[in-house]
Amino acid sequence: MRFRTCTSPHLIPGHSVGGVMRQVLYALVPGTLAMTWFFGWGVLVNVSLAILFSVLFEALMVAARGRPVLATLGDSSAILAGWLFALAIPPLAPVWVLLIGTAFAIVVAKHLYGGLGYNPFNPAMVGYVVVLVSFPRELSLWPSPEGLTNASLTFLQTLQTTLTGRLPDGMEWDAITRASPLDMMRESIVSGQTVTEVTQSPLFGSFSQTEWEWAGNLFLLGGLWLLYRRVITWHIPVSMLLTLATVAGIFWVMDPDYFASPAFHVFSGAAIIGAFFIATDPVSAATTPKGRILFGAGIGLLTYVIRTWGGYPDAVAFAVLLMNMVAPTLDHYTRPRIFGHSRDRHG
Amino acid sequence: MQLHRFHGGLKLPDHKAESTVHPLLTMGVPKYLYVPLSQHIGAPTEPLVQPGDRVLKGQRISQAKDYICAHVHAPTSGRIKDIVDHPIPHPSCLSAPCIVIESDAHDQWGDTRLPAWPDWRERDARSLRERVRAAGIVGMGGAAFPTAAKLNPRAGKRIHTLVVNGAECEPYISCDDILMRTYPEAILEGARIVAHILGAEQVLFAVEDNKPEALRALTDARPAEEADFIRIISIPSIYPTGGERQLIQVLTGREVPSAGLPADLGIVCQNTGTLKAIRDAVLHGQPLISRIVTVTGPGIREPRNVQALIGTTFADLVAAAGGYAPGVDRLVMGGPMMGFAIGDDAVPVIKGTNCLLATRVEDTQAPGPVMPCIRCGECTRVCPANLLPQQLYWFAKGKDFDSVQDYGLFDCIECGCCAHVCPSNIPLVQYYRFAKQEIWGREKERQKADIARERFEYRQLRQEREEQEKAERLARKKAALAKKDTDPDKKTAIDGAIERARAKKAAQSNEEASPADRERADS
Repeated sequence: MRFRTCTSPHLIPGHSVGGVMRQVLYALVPGTLAMTWFFGWGVLVNVSLAILFSVLFEALMVAARGRPVLATLGDSSAILAGWLFALAIPPLAPVWVLLIGTAFAIVVAKHLYGGLGYNPFNPAMVGYVVVLVSFPRELSLWPSPEGLTNASLTFLQTLQTTLTGRLPDGMEWDAITRASPLDMMRESIVSGQTVTEVTQSPLFGSFSQTEWEWAGNLFLLGGLWLLYRRVITWHIPVSMLLTLATVAGIFWVMDPDYFASPAFHVFSGAAIIGAFFIATDPVSAATTPKGRILFGAGIGLLTYVIRTWGGYPDAVAFAVLLMNMVAPTLDHYTRPRIFGHSRDRHG
Repeated sequence: MQLHRFHGGLKLPDHKAESTVHPLLTMGVPKYLYVPLSQHIGAPTEPLVQPGDRVLKGQRISQAKDYICAHVHAPTSGRIKDIVDHPIPHPSCLSAPCIVIESDAHDQWGDTRLPAWPDWRERDARSLRERVRAAGIVGMGGAAFPTAAKLNPRAGKRIHTLVVNGAECEPYISCDDILMRTYPEAILEGARIVAHILGAEQVLFAVEDNKPEALRALTDARPAEEADFIRIISIPSIYPTGGERQLIQVLTGREVPSAGLPADLGIVCQNTGTLKAIRDAVLHGQPLISRIVTVTGPGIREPRNVQALIGTTFADLVAAAGGYAPGVDRLVMGGPMMGFAIGDDAVPVIKGTNCLLATRVEDTQAPGPVMPCIRCGECTRVCPANLLPQQLYWFAKGKDFDSVQDYGLFDCIECGCCAHVCPSNIPLVQYYRFAKQEIWGREKERQKADIARERFEYRQLRQEREEQEKAERLARKKAALAKKDTDPDKKTAIDGAIERARAKKAAQSNEEASPADRERADS
């Protein structure tokens, strides 16, 4: 009797790329729901539209490159990129911001560099940075949390706002939006207030604005689940948050009136979602264990530096992209000691 | 005893219960046996028999010519039908010369057994090693390295510890488990003999903790007074803890140097099956002509362990285990992690055949196509050699053979952990084997080129020397002539002759211009 021959191993593999990506998607659900609760339907509208655009761009590019479309879409990586991008965008941003951002993320940052596995930069962050530097006004319109304002938009009103870029009649942008905690901290400090004065505002919870804290907590929950499921390793999130907190702590101890607390930094903006969901994108991150620790530490440090002294309130996206650049170098210099080799083989 | 951990590894479903529900089955003698001349790495053997010869069971039928080689013996009595190319168990699926024995059904030993040595403790290491060699024993864990060579460590290496490898870490395989349950005394006796040969002071007998029956049988069979000499150690079941280097790290916490051998740490490692074979060779004078094979997998009706003669075809073996189950699609020699697929079940059992695994499509199918590497690093986490498999893959794929060696390609033990956990279903080990083959091929080419270059340079040197000698001879002759001929008339005549000769020579050398010159002239 004759048999088919193939190479070992002869067992069903334990994982698949699609499976890994889908677990990350599941882990994003609680944090996304929390953001929807606080910021309104716009979050869900953005996520749905960005996913739709990303998948369309992915399908187009894959078809143009002559690869199997359905098999490639099955890896769910475009959905993840679209989702992460959407979470960085203010909930009432106009639709063309989503379109331009996802186009840059999928077409330029991903496929022009060779598609999944070959992109040196995190696609979602490239998309976000492109729209952030191009459309600063649209990117700063974070709505006040639901319940803190009288004017809240229905689902249809939200959809209408997103698609037309205009608020329903009788509503003003100033009435329904307000500065995000990082913006607020920055502007207040510039105008001479102390950190304590800012955090004593009724908008603040224990560390940061209440809604950002809650979103952070739930993204943290999703991130811990990913760690438990071994979809990500601890190296990047732990080193990034620890570095951010340590550096913030040093300056805070030196001058607590001028520098915000470590907890404020960890629970504001994109620190937590960045640590667990964005910096851990394996393709563009460092791949050796030690390299990942340095990679995460670099992001934490750069985030603090740009937030405190740079031109933008939040900095996770810039920090991630900057560290993406050095990831190959980190990998080169952090090779583990091979079994049976002496310790001094790789410097 | 303090145990240690090696980096990475996998907890795999062991699938060993399927084949251990039935006791060991000793197979009858098949009508035809196909005994390959080469059953291991190293030189092939040279046959001592002709087609038509009658042979007795245990008779040496093929001779080792090399140090890294092992004799082959007739597994049963009968007639040599032919010496012919036949499919052998090898990843290439190629055929190789096999001695075909037609059994006479008597299974007769005659006087082919070597003298029994119940008094082996009186013998010296040299004669015992010679006995191991005469019995054609090779490592029976799968690699089939000739054992006599392994029992003779390089000069200056004192061996203090014999490690007995009863880990059997690959899923499905249970031949060592059954052997330890069935013949614990014989294995322990083999361990004593080998410790005697090596001068080892202690025996560390390691068995994975998923084999409690084997552990109990061994502990019961070991006399209480030997508890310090032979230590039976239950080790955690983590694949690939049965790898020699991994096992030594688990037991001692020490790493065998990359380019070295366990002997560098004063350790020699032996498989349980090998020890049983050594004991049979020393105590009973029997050569290695049969072994236990696990016939198992979802593609087999009644998975079990079979004591089979070397040369039994896989088809006969499967028949002894109830035949194939419906849907069988792949036949593997060895375990699911490191075994290789066999193209034809006409191939015979060889000394290194520990397992025959038959699977169906649904048992091995990847959930999707091969995807690009996403550098997730799962492979790094599980690699027992602490390599960066994703980087090795990158360099191997790009044929950057310098970098792939720099990243430790040759420290890869091909255990398959990386390929098993790869979410992109990349057949990583295949890339590493390819890179190794390419590098070996290039090395050979380079050696050939070196030889050719040396030969060429030597030829040039010789030609130059000849030219020089010729010129010197001419000069001497000229000088002698000039001295002799001082007469003016004669001198003019000679001068004229020289002139003519020169003109002729110039014409000739124009004709004899080098091919390159001629080409230049032509163009």
